Amino acid sequence: MAETHSLQDMRQQPAVAAKVFIQRDYTKGTVCQFQTKFPSELETRIDKQQFEETVQTLNNLYAEAEKLGSQSYIEGCLACLTAYTIFLCMETHYEKVLKNIAKYIQEQNDKIYAPRGLLLTDPIERGLRVIEVTIFEDRS
Amino acid sequence: MMKNCEYQQIDPRALSVSPSSAQNHTEKKVQRSRRKWEVFPGKNRFYCDGRIILARQSGVLPLTLGLIVVTCGLFFAFDCPFLVEHLTVFIPVIGGVLCVFVLISLLRTSFTDPGILPRATPDEAADIEKQIDTSGSSTYRPPPRTKEILINQQVVKLKYCFTCKMFRPPRTSHCSLCDNCVERFDHHCPWVGNCVGKRNYRFFYSFIISLSFLTSFIFGCVITHLTLRSQEGKNLVQAIQESPASVVELVICFFSIWSIMGLSGFHTYLVASNLTTNEDIKGSWSSKRCAEDSGNPYSYNSIITNCCATLCGPMPPSLIDRRGFLPFDEAIPAASASEMELPRFAAKNDAHMCTQSTKDVLERVVNSFDSHGLCPPGTPKTTPLGLEVSSMAAPSTEPSPSVGCSGQHALQPVAAPCPPFSRSSKRRDSLHSFNPAFRLASPSPPLSRTTLILDDATDVGFIPLP
Repeated sequence: MAETHSLQDMRQQPAVAAKVFIQRDYTKGTVCQFQTKFPSELETRIDKQQFEETVQTLNNLYAEAEKLGSQSYIEGCLACLTAYTIFLCMETHYEKVLKNIAKYIQEQNDKIYAPRGLLLTDPIERGLRVIEVTIFEDRS
Repeated sequence: MMKNCEYQQIDPRALSVSPSSAQNHTEKKVQRSRRKWEVFPGKNRFYCDGRIILARQSGVLPLTLGLIVVTCGLFFAFDCPFLVEHLTVFIPVIGGVLCVFVLISLLRTSFTDPGILPRATPDEAADIEKQIDTSGSSTYRPPPRTKEILINQQVVKLKYCFTCKMFRPPRTSHCSLCDNCVERFDHHCPWVGNCVGKRNYRFFYSFIISLSFLTSFIFGCVITHLTLRSQEGKNLVQAIQESPASVVELVICFFSIWSIMGLSGFHTYLVASNLTTNEDIKGSWSSKRCAEDSGNPYSYNSIITNCCATLCGPMPPSLIDRRGFLPFDEAIPAASASEMELPRFAAKNDAHMCTQSTKDVLERVVNSFDSHGLCPPGTPKTTPLGLEVSSMAAPSTEPSPSVGCSGQHALQPVAAPCPPFSRSSKRRDSLHSFNPAFRLASPSPPLSRTTLILDDATDVGFIPLP
């Protein structure tokens, strides 16, 4: 039965020891940036530089998504001329960058964070408010 | 232990156990998967399986649509034939293009997510609470629930939203009509039946600009029409009698022009200075900062850049992921009660919660008594309760499914293994307020709760059928 299956799954999953939330950094305005300050709970788990590099890369990717450049202007004007119906068929630049971000986070999780018992949650799943870092119990 | 549950007597017909044993498990899986819009906590309505979002109160959107359609209809039917004859065929063409543009912009404004921020997950809320408590403990006053940050060297206060359980990002405001925090909140427009925020401001702006053009165009054409008619040897009264619809159009356009043009002008000013209606009305960056001419930290200090940023900037995605599926293994968080729920919604969930727990009990007992599994459960117990809302729209009208398969079972489920519960139970509230995006790795509280019920239920006992 489905219920017992999920129960067994739960027993096998490592228990969550804590969750750390990296909040947004609003010093540059409303653009999506996260604080690069290294949280103390992760000191024992991961290298400070590694973590800061991850967050900085994410910040750069988000800045790229929200950049006011010629591409975004062309997209905006084209959309206006077609009465915004073009958004129904075309993927926006922002969405393309979000896909890259998802891939990057997956990659980072696989290579760096999962071996250390950590898990990064894509900020888009939290409404771009926080980067949630789940710390699993160290069973080694 | 049962005292804590505080359940109410449930009707056995309300239990949505599978009516026929022929239904297979794959169908069950499809039934179980629900989209996130179905459990959205704000006061919004969704259509087309989550593709279209509207505020719960549609306001006067039907009136707006009606006025536009009626005016344009009258224009094309009564004024265009005359004007095509006497002037040019481009008049209905221009009118048509403007009308289509207005309607599309209006519908995009109404049906687009304005930039709703999903509510904080219970873990996040707990984390923020911890931080507030530790920082505010130095003085005896309760923490003020505001946070000051620096944006472009200017101090901005962020307020804590008690409904969404988070510190609102700058320029975000909580709309009480929609019960959501909206990014770059401009205002809640009853004419379009939705909030105007970051994601649909450009649609709103193009709507009012194109509507100004449309109303001026129709007004001008109608005046021309009546003038030309009265010049053909008749006086004005006769011209009006020949074309009464024109007067209707004139009246509508006359009153619309003043308001729409005024609104367009106001919003053009807002766009040029990168302000929102909300900020302008509150005077957030007004002359109280007398040193600088513009205290607005978000302004690019260039009209063109401000316009481009607001209207032609990148289109941010919707953060609420309406059409995403809720994962099966999602557990229900125990924390954070939501006080903003409507009683009707709460009532449904009361029944669901009790139903769910009862079903859990029944499943376990049925399994343990090895009854051939002919009465499979409607949903897995770890599925959030709110998922049942849409399928349980009218629990009383469902045929008595649990009784239906009773003939083949060794057990007849008892109607109410749980004692009655009151509406005011806080613990009940906590079970049906959750963020769809939330994932918990830890076991869900209902599991522990069902364990409790099970212990008591076995004491209560089930009545086996012969």
